[in-house]
Amino acid sequence: MAEYSAADFAPLKVQSHSQTLSRPSLSYWQDAWIRLKANRRALTSLYLVIGLLVFTLLGPLIWRVNPASQDLDQISAPPGRDRGALVVPEYTPWEGPTTQATELQLAAPPTSQAVRLQWAPLPNAHGHRVYRNLYPVGPERAFGIPLAEFFDNSTLYFEDRLDLRPGRYYYSVVALNDNGRPTTEAQTITVDVRRATSISDAIKQGIIPVDAEVEVGDVLQVALHPLGTDYLGRDMLARLMAGARVSLFIGIFAPFLYVLFGVVYGSVAGFLGGKIDQLMMRFADFVVALPFLLFMILFKIAFGIGPGESGVFPMLVAMILLLWPASARLVRGQILQIREQGYVEASKLLGAKSTYLIFRHMLPNTLGVVLVTLTFEIPRAIFTEAFLSFIGMGVAPPTPSWGSMSNEGIKTMLNTPHELIFPALMISITVLAFNLLGDGLRDALDARMRNTE
Amino acid sequence: MLSPKGWGILGADGGAMSDSHKALIDHDDNFTRSAGKQLAVYAVYAVLILAAVVYLLSLAAGHTGNNGNDMAVDIENNAITIALREEPPQLDPGRSTDASSGVVLAHVFEGLINYDEEAQLTPGVAERWEIREDGATFWLRDNARWSDGKVVTAQDFVFAWRRVVDPATAAEYAFFLYPIKNGEEINRGELPKEMLGVRAVNDRQLEVEFSRPTPYFDKLVAWYTYLPVREDFYNSRNGRFGADADELLYNGPYMITEWVHSSSMLWKKNPYYWSDARGFVDEIRTAYITNDDNAKLNLFKDSKIVETHLSSPMLPDAMAEKWQIDRAMDGTVFFFEFNHRPGRITSNLNFRKALLFAQESSELVYKALKEASYLPAVSLFPVWIEGVNGKFREEYPPPNHHMDLEKARHYLALAKEELGLDEFPPIVMLSGDQPASMVSATYYQELFRDRLGLEIRIDTQIFKQRLQKMTAGDFDIVLAGWGPDYDDALTYGDLFASWNLQNRGRYKSDEMDALIKKAQTTLDKVDRVATFGKIQQLVYDDAVILPMYERGWTYVVNPQVKGIRRRVVGPEVDYNFARIDVSSD
Amino acid sequence: MWWFIGKRLIQGLITVWFIATATFFAMHNVPGDPLLNDRATTPIIRANLEAKYGLDKPLLTQYFIYLNNIAHGDFGISFAQENREVNDIIREHFPVSAILGVLAVLIAAVGGILWGSLTALYRNRMPDYIIMFLVILGISVPSFVIAALSQLGIVTINQLLGINFLPVAGWGTIYHMLVPALVLGLSTMAYLTRLMRSSMLEIVYSDFVRTAKSKGVPPARIFARHQLRNAVLPVITVLGPSIAAITTGGFVVEIVFAIPGLGRFFVEAVQQLDYTVIMGTTVFYGAFLVFMVILVDVIYGFIDPRVRLS
Repeated sequence: MAEYSAADFAPLKVQSHSQTLSRPSLSYWQDAWIRLKANRRALTSLYLVIGLLVFTLLGPLIWRVNPASQDLDQISAPPGRDRGALVVPEYTPWEGPTTQATELQLAAPPTSQAVRLQWAPLPNAHGHRVYRNLYPVGPERAFGIPLAEFFDNSTLYFEDRLDLRPGRYYYSVVALNDNGRPTTEAQTITVDVRRATSISDAIKQGIIPVDAEVEVGDVLQVALHPLGTDYLGRDMLARLMAGARVSLFIGIFAPFLYVLFGVVYGSVAGFLGGKIDQLMMRFADFVVALPFLLFMILFKIAFGIGPGESGVFPMLVAMILLLWPASARLVRGQILQIREQGYVEASKLLGAKSTYLIFRHMLPNTLGVVLVTLTFEIPRAIFTEAFLSFIGMGVAPPTPSWGSMSNEGIKTMLNTPHELIFPALMISITVLAFNLLGDGLRDALDARMRNTE
Repeated sequence: MLSPKGWGILGADGGAMSDSHKALIDHDDNFTRSAGKQLAVYAVYAVLILAAVVYLLSLAAGHTGNNGNDMAVDIENNAITIALREEPPQLDPGRSTDASSGVVLAHVFEGLINYDEEAQLTPGVAERWEIREDGATFWLRDNARWSDGKVVTAQDFVFAWRRVVDPATAAEYAFFLYPIKNGEEINRGELPKEMLGVRAVNDRQLEVEFSRPTPYFDKLVAWYTYLPVREDFYNSRNGRFGADADELLYNGPYMITEWVHSSSMLWKKNPYYWSDARGFVDEIRTAYITNDDNAKLNLFKDSKIVETHLSSPMLPDAMAEKWQIDRAMDGTVFFFEFNHRPGRITSNLNFRKALLFAQESSELVYKALKEASYLPAVSLFPVWIEGVNGKFREEYPPPNHHMDLEKARHYLALAKEELGLDEFPPIVMLSGDQPASMVSATYYQELFRDRLGLEIRIDTQIFKQRLQKMTAGDFDIVLAGWGPDYDDALTYGDLFASWNLQNRGRYKSDEMDALIKKAQTTLDKVDRVATFGKIQQLVYDDAVILPMYERGWTYVVNPQVKGIRRRVVGPEVDYNFARIDVSSD
Repeated sequence: MWWFIGKRLIQGLITVWFIATATFFAMHNVPGDPLLNDRATTPIIRANLEAKYGLDKPLLTQYFIYLNNIAHGDFGISFAQENREVNDIIREHFPVSAILGVLAVLIAAVGGILWGSLTALYRNRMPDYIIMFLVILGISVPSFVIAALSQLGIVTINQLLGINFLPVAGWGTIYHMLVPALVLGLSTMAYLTRLMRSSMLEIVYSDFVRTAKSKGVPPARIFARHQLRNAVLPVITVLGPSIAAITTGGFVVEIVFAIPGLGRFFVEAVQQLDYTVIMGTTVFYGAFLVFMVILVDVIYGFIDPRVRLS
């Protein structure tokens, strides 16, 4: 037992250096940012997301091609192809050959503008059918695409303008019998088609100025399309940028709105608690129970779209109506948890008002969870848009979206894969980026959430 | 790209892990090896159990679908396998309206008159017939039988036809019977159905009275709305007639013995069918019901179906496969139907002409649609319509139309003046949701913007919503199509009669009405065809429509099967004459 | 326990009523007219058609008739398939979707558990990298692209082998089901693989595993008894909702592979504006979803008493 004097109970003097920390103090967000930066995967995906936004917002300012403009000289052109084109006169309709043909022959030099054929009647023919092939005609007698048929011998010429691309074609005429069915009599020629453009087309496409001194027979370079063109000769790059605006608008804006609604709904329910909370959560349960895709389609046709509308807005509304409950539930759970925390109790005891409690303690503490949810909802919204557009229930053409572009591209998957690959790739990259970013954010923001999938 | 190491931690296992843990996990190869073995054992179990479950599920699935292992051509059983585009809503011939039902009905029913292999009219249940100005008589053969063995009688036709016009049946194609006396009045509920101008003189003779001269009545009775239905069988079905395979009685070359809805059908040869000129294969297996062309192409490649349609993107592949590609017209003409209601901009003739001269349908077909089997449309009347001796279009060539931008701009300026507008408001273009419609709409939208500076607003709607807007006149331009109901120019010629309900743009001109009335009643063939020639010219001069394209099919048939026919009128595809012929290959 | 089940069932019924009501009013708000067809009809035929489908009555009357019919399990007659009852349509097409869905979930579950364990076991080694790369593909590539590519793959394989290795489309046998089920289950499999992997990794570091190791329990036994069994629980939890979600979400696969499932039928019904089929399918699927969730809850209630209390 020691003896105490009154002096022993005198307060200490303020020691100015005892509280100095060895490290600078870090806020929650600074700490999260450091952890996110350490995560290479998340950081890369963050750059990807920024890149996508730049592509969408700044891209059209740099690549100033009208995504609706149709370059009919270059239809479904894959990227990186020879662009040399022969300048030919304006197209005028062909009234038929001036000379008699002795066999199947060309009546004019073949260009991508037109291939003009004439022939002499085949033996025993009651008419003729003209075919075009991409491959030499072999013993299978597969002549290719039947282009036209003439049921008497009065017409012995044909002009082909159907989707001509530069390259080699094999044209055949086959004799028809009196029932109009093909017989075994046939003639074939090989035709090398050159790309051609007329002066007025070239001016329209902006390849040459209006007063350029270009003559028929010159060679020009047709318009550049870095990622090729689609089935109407529209620039893929410009369309991907325009499509990005729709896909990312729905993909980012819709989740933002319904998560926001969910946050408000959930925090109100969680904060008020009791009967009201029960009632509000029951309603959320109802909405969760609605079969999501069925109702997306149902709402889409119920809202209807008017002339010239893209259908983005109804889709947005439908998503908000259907998808808010998940985040509402999550936020409510968080709020209920936080309500029981000691610091909230303390704050209450100190006389904090409800609004102060909500805005100072509850919402900031749920922000991390909400941010992670938002990041994971974005891929989902993008997929939903793509999926609906794919089955023709999404964005109305001609408004491009990555989903509707994929839908169009899938039809020509075999011949011009670039029309499917690019939009599908954009969807995949975006979904991937947001998924990885979500992973990273979750790890960075809340170590406890690591295993709650 | 990220290094593989980066991918490795995709899961939700974040950074916090001590080195000792890492050592424990990553370097304990012994543990990993034994655990891996255990996992492999589990994997084998899992796969075995999964296989068993799959087997059980497939037994269950056997009850829900077809046995799709049939090959396209089954020489042993003299059977072929086909795909149907859509599930027939039901097969009551009086109430059918769609193409798929048309295909099925053409094989399992037979009317008074039928089409032969070369699409010419040929006797069906009627042995011979006579068409007069005021009516027609049909003499029925005595060996045409129902699939239960009973003879097809004249009463079966009387019952069927009365039922079609009976408003209680609510048959949408009742108007096909309007040429029969009182048909229209009965259908409107003004007369009892017994007043229909058709009567069975006896079992073998059918008398028809016309409401107006109908020179094309033989072609009309070849249509499925005119097929027979037997009264006692119909009444025994309690209103389910046509809903299932056993809810039908057949009199065609085939009968449906199995109908798994939306999945498959089986047509077997009808043993009671009278003629040996059709029904060569014993069994037609409709193993697939799908309108996905790619799926069908793949089925064809796999020798699962005997015939498939090839759309333009499939053609390079088809050429590489060395298939013998064939073509046929589908019969349908597609065009802009303008809204002629007063107050609409499109009711202005100069405006319509401006649009007409700003374009040429060949560019649409060759550059935008790129379908090898489509023809650029230049007239309301398609190429295959018959004239006096040859084809109508050869006897009365359509107006020679070419794009003329000067003219187009001139007309547009005139229209602007007449309408008193400073600027044209956006034009609403109503379109369906099929690919060809949407491509056309997009093509024209850009074309009119580029060449005339007009703003077009595309209004894409699903089928029923588009129909409602068409009926209500809620459009400026609608992309419409018209398929033939019967093999006569009138099926197109009367479209723009002011009284025709199909005239959804409400085009009205006295000249047109007079010409149509004349075409309907004139019996003289030369005069009649000349009238159609005048209608063709009037449609162009008045820019009633802007023709786009005539639809066709590019298709490929298994070389072992001969005689499959694509038809303009009647069933889209006709397998009645299909036969297996392996000799030529 | 019975009180718990009863309460859930009542909640379920109210939910179904909510779905039915939402569907009814959404549907009757749809622009367009289901009774219109290509060929225009006369007013009397139209009136007869309206009477046949009860569309001539006031909306509220229609609503109560509709509710009453649903209560009796009758969804009415299809507009497009004129002589077929919606019940028949569901009876014929739902089993197809259900079989496909169950198979897809099974493949997804088995695959997810196996791959997930494998990646956890071979963490940061080649198998892990390869599988996780595939998982990323499975999550990021849209299902319609995978479906179309796999169909293309089948055709190519068939042609290379010169035999019919697998059918390209259609329905009816084991071979028809495999590829569509795999495509349908792929994204779920990817998701479950991730779930399984993280769940395994958590257990790998747990005290009881370490204890077992130090006790010298054979590795195979530790893996089977301690790790796998515990890690698989969270995966099982999500299976119930997955079956329902996959069954009701198989449209694309059904369309691409020409499978006569209810999903494909629904899309066609929507395009035809077939009121009764749309409403019937939606209510049926909604009820299916609700009762699947209840079933899972009840099973959990039996297994884990804590659930009953919450």
